[in-house]
Amino acid sequence: MEDKKLTMYHLYKEMLNNYMQSKSEHTLYSAQQFSKEMLEKDMSPEEVVSLHKSVITELVNDPSGELLDSFDLLLEVMIGYGLAHREHLSLRDRQRQLDSELNVAARMQQSLLPNNKIEVEAVDFGVKSVPAGKMSGDYYHYFVDEHGNIGAAVADVIGKGVPAAMCMSMIKYAMDSLPEQRLQPAALLENLNRVVARNIDDDMFITMVYGSYDSKKHQFHFASAGHEPCLYYSADTDDFHELKTKGLVLGVSSKVRYEEYVRDLNPGDFIVLLSDGVTECRINGEFIEMKHIKQIIRKYKHLSAQQMVDQVYSELEKIQEFQLRDDFTLLILRRNV
Amino acid sequence: MNLKIDLQEGKKESVLYLDGEVDVYTAPNLKESLYPLAEESGKKVIVDLKNVNYIDSTGLGIFIGALKATDKSNSKLVIRGVDARVKRLFEITGLNEVMDIVSDQREEV
Repeated sequence: MEDKKLTMYHLYKEMLNNYMQSKSEHTLYSAQQFSKEMLEKDMSPEEVVSLHKSVITELVNDPSGELLDSFDLLLEVMIGYGLAHREHLSLRDRQRQLDSELNVAARMQQSLLPNNKIEVEAVDFGVKSVPAGKMSGDYYHYFVDEHGNIGAAVADVIGKGVPAAMCMSMIKYAMDSLPEQRLQPAALLENLNRVVARNIDDDMFITMVYGSYDSKKHQFHFASAGHEPCLYYSADTDDFHELKTKGLVLGVSSKVRYEEYVRDLNPGDFIVLLSDGVTECRINGEFIEMKHIKQIIRKYKHLSAQQMVDQVYSELEKIQEFQLRDDFTLLILRRNV
Repeated sequence: MNLKIDLQEGKKESVLYLDGEVDVYTAPNLKESLYPLAEESGKKVIVDLKNVNYIDSTGLGIFIGALKATDKSNSKLVIRGVDARVKRLFEITGLNEVMDIVSDQREEV
């Protein structure tokens, strides 16, 4: 400790002496570098003033002592800044700790999402989900049964960040507890809604669209709990259609019936499930038009489903200048043969 | 963007006039004004959205909370003056089926 102070003393003295003799810009620059070293050594502002006073006492001749005395006053003044500095240091530590806790939580959240590959001949499948912050309020889910039928869902929890993420884990575990309904979209949403309505705050809600793909009949069955409409792309006419649905968001009332809809898919047709982070993306403050999103998707339709969602994300990220305002989730399911 | 909230309170009917955006930042203010009204029993609470052109999901949550509160207190919640964009939001979320939503009746200028 004393050693450290001594070294700092000598370095400072040399620098100040240099400066008083040469008044060079170069020495001023060294002083800037030196301040970084002082910060690293946790020197408080009042210690810096005290150092300056000791050094200058040695270097200048101040017979009356008035100039030197003035540093005692400055030292007192710096005490407040010293307190602020220490508070900053302790907040910085706290911040680092919170950051690392949040990173752990984010990794845990990531582990709630499926990551197995869908290998079904009839279907080409891709999904991309990116949180605006560390934690996501979006959720997606998919699974394949032994006959190659696929269940897929996208959900959006109101709000963002930690509260939304905690809510999301409830959805995940509730879905896991409903294995029989995994290919029955309406029944699944009804059951899920009862769980959510019981466990959620009065002003929270969740939107979800759930679909199941019958790999033999090539039919997509779906139901929606107040979620953004899915898109259906017809390869034959090269057209998108919004799949209009009725259905209340999850968590408002425990007695809700959901309607189930069905859409036949021809080879090359695909279904797009998305979250409102896609449709509500703003460019210079203006909301993106659905037309624009369809154009972007169409541009990449020759690629695989996974490449499509990746490319659409990159493009929307670019036009938002790499600042996502909301969690983003896009899922595409295409009939191959 | 701010939200201006004006309350005209009557005996049986209160009207809350909103002006601005109902989003994650302004939602707490709206909650503070709207929930006490919704919790009074036997009242009609009208929320006027004529001067609101954007509601985000947090804002929508406040209306859901208010709906639950009016159901409990035997009151009635009416949302009026919604423009096309806001109306679409209430339709997609299915809330138009459980809430009294009156479209903007003004003639387009």
